[in-house]
Amino acid sequence: MSDRRKWTVAVAVVLVASATAACGGGEAGAPTLNWYINPDNGGQKELAAKCSAASNGAFRISTSVLPNDATSQREQLVRRLAAKDASIDLMSLDPPFIPEFAEAGFLRAFSDDEARELTAGALSGPVESGTWDGKLMGAPFWANTQLLWFRKSVAQAAGINPARDPVTWSQIIDLASAAGKTVEVQGNLYEGYMVLISALVSSAGGKILENPEAGKNVRPAIDSDAGRKAAEVIQKLGRSKAADPALSTTDEEAGRAAFQGARGGFMVNWAYIYGAAQEAVVAGTLDQAVVDDIGWARYPRVDAAMPSRPPLGGINLGIGAFGKHKDEALQAVRCITSLESQTQYMLKSKNPSARAAVYDNAEVRKVFPMADDLRASLDAGAPRPRTPYYTDVSTAVQRSFHPPASVDPNRAPAKAGKLIVDVLKDKVLL
Amino acid sequence: MTATTTAAPAVGIPVPVSERARNEKRLGWKLTAPAVIVMLAVTAYPMLNALWLSLFSYRLTDPAAREFIGLRNYGVVLSDALWWQTVVTTVIITVVTVAVELVIGFAFAMVMHRVVFGRKVVRTSILIPYGIITVVSAFAWKYAFALDSGFVNNWFGLGDFAWFGERWSSIVVICMSEIWKTTPFMSLLLLAGLAQVPEVLQEAAAVDGATWRQRLTRVTLPNMKGAIMVAVLFRTLDAYRLFDNVFIMTAGAQKTETVSFLAYRQMISRTALGLGSAVSVLLFLSVVAIAAVFIKGFKVDLSSVRGR
Repeated sequence: MSDRRKWTVAVAVVLVASATAACGGGEAGAPTLNWYINPDNGGQKELAAKCSAASNGAFRISTSVLPNDATSQREQLVRRLAAKDASIDLMSLDPPFIPEFAEAGFLRAFSDDEARELTAGALSGPVESGTWDGKLMGAPFWANTQLLWFRKSVAQAAGINPARDPVTWSQIIDLASAAGKTVEVQGNLYEGYMVLISALVSSAGGKILENPEAGKNVRPAIDSDAGRKAAEVIQKLGRSKAADPALSTTDEEAGRAAFQGARGGFMVNWAYIYGAAQEAVVAGTLDQAVVDDIGWARYPRVDAAMPSRPPLGGINLGIGAFGKHKDEALQAVRCITSLESQTQYMLKSKNPSARAAVYDNAEVRKVFPMADDLRASLDAGAPRPRTPYYTDVSTAVQRSFHPPASVDPNRAPAKAGKLIVDVLKDKVLL
Repeated sequence: MTATTTAAPAVGIPVPVSERARNEKRLGWKLTAPAVIVMLAVTAYPMLNALWLSLFSYRLTDPAAREFIGLRNYGVVLSDALWWQTVVTTVIITVVTVAVELVIGFAFAMVMHRVVFGRKVVRTSILIPYGIITVVSAFAWKYAFALDSGFVNNWFGLGDFAWFGERWSSIVVICMSEIWKTTPFMSLLLLAGLAQVPEVLQEAAAVDGATWRQRLTRVTLPNMKGAIMVAVLFRTLDAYRLFDNVFIMTAGAQKTETVSFLAYRQMISRTALGLGSAVSVLLFLSVVAIAAVFIKGFKVDLSSVRGR
């Protein structure tokens, strides 16, 4: 018995000690800014330390990591912000969610002067995606886009050079099928699948929504020839031998693993692929020969005669509307999105910068031999629909097009259009 | 309505009650009062709040558009094919897992009850899966069956069969994981029941020349019927609310969505508080209905398993 009591006392002491330690964080003096970040390889943490030091004691930035996928990141932020969480000073936001956050009053809008300063020298895509209703809500931090990645050996054997001559989806699916290789895409039922569908529809010259700014009264535009062409590409891939056996559950990382494997042929994926492959070589899990075999080109076309519209992603920095240190947060945003910080971040995280000048940096060009392709892709990219009901729209599209192999081009786009309207009018579940 | 027979003492028809019984009853209420108050605060209030919210069209990210719409949310849910699809999926998973768990759990309970050597080791090893966090076990099973990290296809020479690429194979894995994880719970409850069967009866039956099978079906099972029903009831209620495995393994893809996952998506992902609450209330009512069927229909007496 006395033994057990000792244990109880010990546990109680530990609990009390950890509780008081947790409370002891907020000493007087410099405020601590909480920055909610998407998971990366430590790049944002580095910037947090750098900008804390650069503030000369005005503030300290501590980072909190959000979940892995974009949807869960939004979920967690929405939950906290709906409860007016004052501990969210800064957040790394996936741009499609900015309209929703802005409409709900979760973000502190940047003034016109601040916006001018923060967007000077930035690429147009990230500026546009950070703006809602004429106000900058999220400062451009880094921008993402997808390229067509291919194994040079496979392309060579097939007698094509995608880097020189633009290829179509139909072409690479046929070539890969014939060669016993795969075309890796994001086919899981998640945001990445919406990225694919949206890029295909845009590349076919269409749109998902006619008037995204109309909120609940939106008119879908996906039930169109472009929507059907997009569905045809997905159906063709899904039913071909070039489909990954686990196509309906493949996400970015699963696709990357397969692309680096024996059956890897082609893949559409974000810019981090090349850096991640190099890191894998350093870690000893991948042959240098595979990295040397990786080529890249502009996102494939849907229509041979029409240039593709690659997907856009990235992260914009928002300031929480309920934080207590908004002035310090603004200073932090200035520091984190500065040219110097963005260059450092691109080199560390292997994610492309939102500032044009970074792509001319010699060191960046050495690490990113595809720097010019990335920039061109960012400039040509099409954003996902910008609506405050983005999550519903995205989920409705994903569900109507899933699983990839069973997509019916004559039905899926119409189904998606109807589902979007019904869901926004609260007529059905989603 | 023949409520009078059961409700007689409550409505005050004079039944002789001794002073002592009354005092004991009063003491009972006093002793349970703190627990009742806490339960009301943390259970009844949220439930009533959900009921209230379910009458609105209300989005967390658009509070200004909140509107009272009466029972319309329930109409939307009940007339939606997606709701019925999730109900079917949930019922299938519940029936399969509870049935398999009952059989395996009973076998484990017999082993734990009868084992002579290494009793502690046997009991501990049977109970280990139950001590593992559901999310962790879900990940373990997911990775085991996944194409990129899994070993299952290698073991059984299945090539690149994508387990999570189809509805039924996904449900099979979800069920297996659920069974692996919760069979120990079932066997614990059944072990308590086994321990209640008087040894004298077993011996008497043996002396009378009953075979092992006869003793099982004529002595053991009838004497632990109460424990079995309680175990099945508990597991059914749990299984019907299955969430973690689906969330981790398929995230509801390939039509593997369960009712609680549907509620989660409306409520948390879409922040559609009205519709989400309506789904949650319907889920709650289904669970209450299951409990009612067991308790009234099969006459399960929850107080019969006092682990004595």
